[in-house]
Amino acid sequence: MMLLIPCPWCGPRDEAEFHYGGQAHVAYPENPAALSDEEWARYLFFRDNPKGAFAERWSHSAGCRRWFNALRDTATNEIHAVYRVGEPRPVTS
Amino acid sequence: MRRESGGRVDRSRTLRFRFDGQDYTGHPGDTLASALLAGGVRQVATSVKLGRPRGIFSAGSEEPNAVVQIEEPFPEPMLPATTVELYDGLVASSLPGQGRLATGPDPARYDAVHAHCDVLVVGAGPAGLAAARAAASTGARVILADEQPEPGGGLLGAWPADVVEGLLGAEWATATAAHLKALPEVRVLARTTVFGYYDDNYLVAVERRTNHLGAAAPAHVARERIWRIRARHVVLATGTHERPIAFAGNDLPGVMLAGSARTYLNRYGVLPGRRAVVFTADDSAYAAAFDLADAGVRVAAILDVRPSPGEALAREVAKRGIVLLAGHVVTAAQGDGQVASVQAGRHRPEADPAVAEHAFDADLLLVSGGWNPVVHLFSQSGGRLRFDETLGTLVPGDSRQAVEVAGAARGVDTLSGCLADGAAAGERALGGQAAAAAPPPVDVPTAGGQAFWLVPASDYAAHFVDMQRDVTVADLHRATGAGLRSVEHIKRYTTAGTAHDQGKTSGLLTTAAVAHALGERMGELGITTFRAPYLPVSFAALAGRDRGPLHDPVRVTALHDWHVANGALFENVGHWKRPWYYQRVLADGRLEDMETAVLRECRAAREGVAMMDASTLGKIDVIGPDAGEFLDRLYTNLMSSLAVGSIRYGVMCRPDGMVFDDGTVIRLAEDHFLLTTTTGNAAAVLDWMEEWLQTEWPSLRVYCTSVTEQWATVALVGPRSREVLAGLAPGLAVSTADFPFMTWREAEVAGIPARVCRISFSGELAFEINVTSWEVSRLWTAIMDSGMVTPYGTETMHVLRAEKGYPIVGQDTDGTVTPQDLGMSWVVSKKKADFIGKRSFSRADTVRAGRKQLVGLLPEDPDFLLPEGTQLVSTDVPATVGTVRGGAPPRTVPTLGHVTSSYRSAALGRTFALALVSGGQSRLGERLYAPVGDALVPVTVTSHVLYDPEGTRRDG
Amino acid sequence: MTPRTPGADLPEHPDRLWSAAEPKASYDVVIVGAGGHGLATAYYLAKNHGITNVAVLERGWLAGGNMARNTTIIRSNYLWDESAGIYEHALKLWEDLEEELDYPLLFSQRGVLNLAHSLQDVRDSKRRVEANKLNGVDAEWLDPKQVKEVCPIVDISPDVRYPVLGATFQPRAGIAKHDHVAWGFARAAAALGVEFIEHCEVTGLRVTGGRVTGVDTPRGTIAAGRVALCAAGHTSVVAATAGIGLPLQSHPLQALVSELLEPVHPTVVMSNAVHVYVSQAHKGELVMGAGIDAANSYRQRGAFHIIERQMAAALELFPVFARAHVLRTWGGVVDVSPDASPIVGLAPVEGLYLNCGWGTGGFKATPGVGWCFAHTIAHGEPHPLNAPFSLDRFVTGALVDEHGAAAVAH
Ligand SMILES: Cc1cc2nc3c(=O)[nH]c(=O)nc-3n(C[C@H](O)[C@H](O)[C@H](O)COP(=O)(O)OP(=O)(O)OC[C@H]3O[C@@H](n4cnc5c(N)ncnc54)[C@H](O)[C@@H]3O)c2cc1C
Ligand SMILES: [Zn+2]
Repeated sequence: MMLLIPCPWCGPRDEAEFHYGGQAHVAYPENPAALSDEEWARYLFFRDNPKGAFAERWSHSAGCRRWFNALRDTATNEIHAVYRVGEPRPVTS
Repeated sequence: MRRESGGRVDRSRTLRFRFDGQDYTGHPGDTLASALLAGGVRQVATSVKLGRPRGIFSAGSEEPNAVVQIEEPFPEPMLPATTVELYDGLVASSLPGQGRLATGPDPARYDAVHAHCDVLVVGAGPAGLAAARAAASTGARVILADEQPEPGGGLLGAWPADVVEGLLGAEWATATAAHLKALPEVRVLARTTVFGYYDDNYLVAVERRTNHLGAAAPAHVARERIWRIRARHVVLATGTHERPIAFAGNDLPGVMLAGSARTYLNRYGVLPGRRAVVFTADDSAYAAAFDLADAGVRVAAILDVRPSPGEALAREVAKRGIVLLAGHVVTAAQGDGQVASVQAGRHRPEADPAVAEHAFDADLLLVSGGWNPVVHLFSQSGGRLRFDETLGTLVPGDSRQAVEVAGAARGVDTLSGCLADGAAAGERALGGQAAAAAPPPVDVPTAGGQAFWLVPASDYAAHFVDMQRDVTVADLHRATGAGLRSVEHIKRYTTAGTAHDQGKTSGLLTTAAVAHALGERMGELGITTFRAPYLPVSFAALAGRDRGPLHDPVRVTALHDWHVANGALFENVGHWKRPWYYQRVLADGRLEDMETAVLRECRAAREGVAMMDASTLGKIDVIGPDAGEFLDRLYTNLMSSLAVGSIRYGVMCRPDGMVFDDGTVIRLAEDHFLLTTTTGNAAAVLDWMEEWLQTEWPSLRVYCTSVTEQWATVALVGPRSREVLAGLAPGLAVSTADFPFMTWREAEVAGIPARVCRISFSGELAFEINVTSWEVSRLWTAIMDSGMVTPYGTETMHVLRAEKGYPIVGQDTDGTVTPQDLGMSWVVSKKKADFIGKRSFSRADTVRAGRKQLVGLLPEDPDFLLPEGTQLVSTDVPATVGTVRGGAPPRTVPTLGHVTSSYRSAALGRTFALALVSGGQSRLGERLYAPVGDALVPVTVTSHVLYDPEGTRRDG
Repeated sequence: MTPRTPGADLPEHPDRLWSAAEPKASYDVVIVGAGGHGLATAYYLAKNHGITNVAVLERGWLAGGNMARNTTIIRSNYLWDESAGIYEHALKLWEDLEEELDYPLLFSQRGVLNLAHSLQDVRDSKRRVEANKLNGVDAEWLDPKQVKEVCPIVDISPDVRYPVLGATFQPRAGIAKHDHVAWGFARAAAALGVEFIEHCEVTGLRVTGGRVTGVDTPRGTIAAGRVALCAAGHTSVVAATAGIGLPLQSHPLQALVSELLEPVHPTVVMSNAVHVYVSQAHKGELVMGAGIDAANSYRQRGAFHIIERQMAAALELFPVFARAHVLRTWGGVVDVSPDASPIVGLAPVEGLYLNCGWGTGGFKATPGVGWCFAHTIAHGEPHPLNAPFSLDRFVTGALVDEHGAAAVAH
């Protein structure tokens, strides 16, 4: 690894400056109380783990301290896109 | 066997060194290997498994054999003598395959630097120099790195035959490097091995800065330096390694790669032998034969496995009166401890292997099976390798990264070709698009040889493949005989390719021998993965400066010096050094022990007044119109209802409902809070808050700032704390009515603007005085000057809070404990619709009866101190538990829980403990047993609040 | 010079280890993944349960995944009863395994030290020792002097950033030669009729009516009565083909070795606070590892700063290592579960069995998990020792949290 991660705010920086946050677009449930134990367990513990394109969260913890999302290929580690929190996952071919 | 002249060593200076107890001399410019050869040393090491003698096989870092132990100036294990630059006072010894570590610490320094460049060129041979020059000509930032002390690569060994741009090869290299060095944006790194190639063109190199100076190395200069290079584009001009050939006795000292022998002659002015036989499948060995012959070595014969070397070469051979046997192979090298004779015969197929028809006396047997491009870094980059049937070897294919390979490293085998290839690669690199623009195909080499790897024989027990690991072709056959087919399995089974050289000369030979055994094609078998590092790198270089106090940041409070001066012993808490307890000098001059000190400190806090430096508590400033709402979501209890001027204790959970941190929240203004966290968790809590704010609730208008370093905090504790505070803060109304519990005031304390909080982590009347860090020592001194106050440390703080049943997150919790388990249902809001963790409280396991709950324990012997960590069992267990080493394990006994905290209490006049016990709250009054050593110690379960359960002392 | 027979140190094997098989149309049990767990499961299915119509399908070369990449630390001194149960069962099997498999495994019970560097480490360590004793696991608490007696090269001086305050010691713990373990199991299972099919990646699980019926591979569909997943870091990928999501994340984990050195390190040392673990293998190389790369990845390659950090930690504890050299680094892909405990048991699809989530520490469990997983497959219900490691625990919350308390990896 030792990626060069393009922080949307600061530009490309070494992976060592970042903190990893796992899968992106996992929203905190609207109303946790309404969820079954199974559904709640899914939110707590189950995350996608694809071999291939993965939308994930990073925080530039030793830089601007901002969270952002990246679309990275977990088979090659290539970063296809970075985008801000709240933006939809970019469509890549 | 040093020649009178020639080579690049400085004969005007003599360097003394010692090898295996013998004194030798050499010159600047020598390696240990060249100096040993000059001194007539043939055996340099012993093989690891078979104990066979091992000589010098190559002249570079691919050396499989001549591995030595450096003894002085400082022990270093397992260095190839071919890579050790000679220095005065070097003491080395031969190794039987295992190195030896120093017994004392390494006095040298090591460091690391980061570098960024447009083009990194690896290798300063002709292709690399040409690439760097082309790239640098436009002002690009270029780094050129080469592991040798001087530039030139292959030119150094071929010198003086090659001429470039009117200069002798090596001189051209020196001049070109000097030209590059003079350019402001170019960095030329000598003695620097690029050893790792990671994603996004991140490469790591090690520069050996003072090794070659021996004992004269200046202490202030880092001995080795790691370069962490991020390159926009990489040109790998890493050259080639000559291939060995496997035949009987090919491991004997005196067997040497042909090109290396030429290097010893031309670069070091050393004759590696007096009487040579050359065994080749390739034209290049002829140049070695001629150079050696011209220098006076008697070349007895050239055995060329090919049917004919071509006329031009044959003429040159004839001119020198050398016997040429085309279509011949070496059937065996023989000798006692080194090559003495070489047997040869006509090359025949496997079924009818060659027999010795000729014998030559020789002390040197030069071997060339052709050349392998050095593709290690390219492969590490994620580049694909292709097996080239013509070259009989692996060549670079495509890579996803912005890298290309130039010169001999991609099979170009003429000097002019390498220069042109390098220059073109350097130019393409600047286009930035170089990765996409494929380099032109390499012309199939004209002077190429025939891929030839091993001499067929009926017995392969002395055909060595990996000389360092003592692996022979026979061993490979054992592996294939066991059914193994993958080269990865065979490598693991035989250990071929796993030594210090990582198979640089043996890797492809292994594949070739396996392919030969199985009747398969080499290209299909492939080779084991090339892994970093390309060359062995010292642990110390990689550790760099991150050792001792620099291993992890050390944080100290503004009062640290005072603590040190006043007998504090320190506890590491996170990065912080916290006073653990203060050791006083007793009347008899001895130092107090910990127990006495802590009892004294506790007594002061409970009976008089004591203070501690609480500055390490995390402090986070939270501001914004939605701050209250935000805290309501984070804490289990309600924070938005907190009145300005008031303080509330709070607990944070993870979404799984387990306690994550606790602390106090004070409301500074309608939209402004300050919260404290545990010392160790301060950064984690701030990260936690930011994560939720930014990723889940970006619409909340809240800003969080760490102010841990800005505020210093002194906890003033004890029934007489009010008195001390009143004396220092005349303007502050300190009575219970004026300054109630869980409120805060602004005031001047000892003339310093302060925020004073009435909170207590001990159950006693207490104040936390917060001032700016730079004024806290004045405050502290002023308090000390009252003459009433005893300073205390974390241990006393722990005892005091435990007596009150206040848990410490991380000590009384372990990530599996809910607030309810801690007996703190009161801190879990029933009113709030949701907060982080709430949903988890209703899961099957969190509502289960029998969860572990925080309780107090009183050992029945009030003087018995339970060790923290002790387990608890019910009554029906055998009298002894515990394992005797080697003895039968005892039967297993279910645990009911464990002791989380345990102290001797001055206030209770006895020992007590806190514990997490299964169904603990319903066991109050029950007797349990604590296995301690061989004993079962009876304890009684009590409430976790042992001291002043009514809270009468809070207001003093 | 009197050379010994070449290969004298190689394992003796009058017969073949295993032979490459062509896939048959169907098997009673298909095991996905020929790592240590797949091989051990196959062996115990045949040996303990008489189920021999078994194929182990492997996408690469046999045992070329984490089995070939781990640092071979074996111990059973885990904190929780559930963990101690399965790991201690494994350790007991290890103690007789060379004999059982009739193969040299270089199993060496040289003990494992887990160092404590803070007062909380000390509490957690003692807690683990005491819990171990109740579970019949040999465990001792050593003070720094005793640590030095067990491993004289550990720096116990107060000058290091986080001084050694003591250690837990499990004398029966140790190391083994991973490849030999794989080959020993493969050979023994092959002798009982199990087939090994290398270079045969399972690209899909076939499920009909909620029941698994076989697997898809580039070499065709293979029908199976039962399918057992032993795919370690790739389990999520295989499970996803049947629409099964698992609480796993795949991360690179790196390790490295030094050159061969004269013996200096007689035991295994692990430290979590100064994050590194080290042993010296039988030939003399130092074998080391540290933590996972933070980001998910299926590349068997980690970031270099993790290696640098690990070397700094190594020198904090072992200053004499300064001029040893790193010869080779490598990485595996490990499947990490939320509580750092494995998932071994039934899957949401009938006939499908899960064995995954071993993360950084499944080598030591190899015989134990093979034993229990084979039982689970044979009986269609978990063995008591793996029952606590159900997938369902993430719903109920009954985690076996081995990283919260007394966290020790590997
Ligand atoms: C660097 C490192 C150090 C470690 N150190 C230790 C240690 O000291 N002690 C310890 O106990 N544990 C350690 N571990 C963990 C241990 O290696 C693993 O937990 C364990 O090996 C996992 O079980 P396994 O052997 O079956 O896995 P693997 O050997 O990884 O087996 C899984 C197999 O499944 C195959 N596969 C995957 N997908 C498919 C598919 N679709 N079709 C067919 N085959 C497939 C893979 O190719 C692989 O061979 C370490 C791991 C690493 C990476
Ligand atoms: Zn940034």
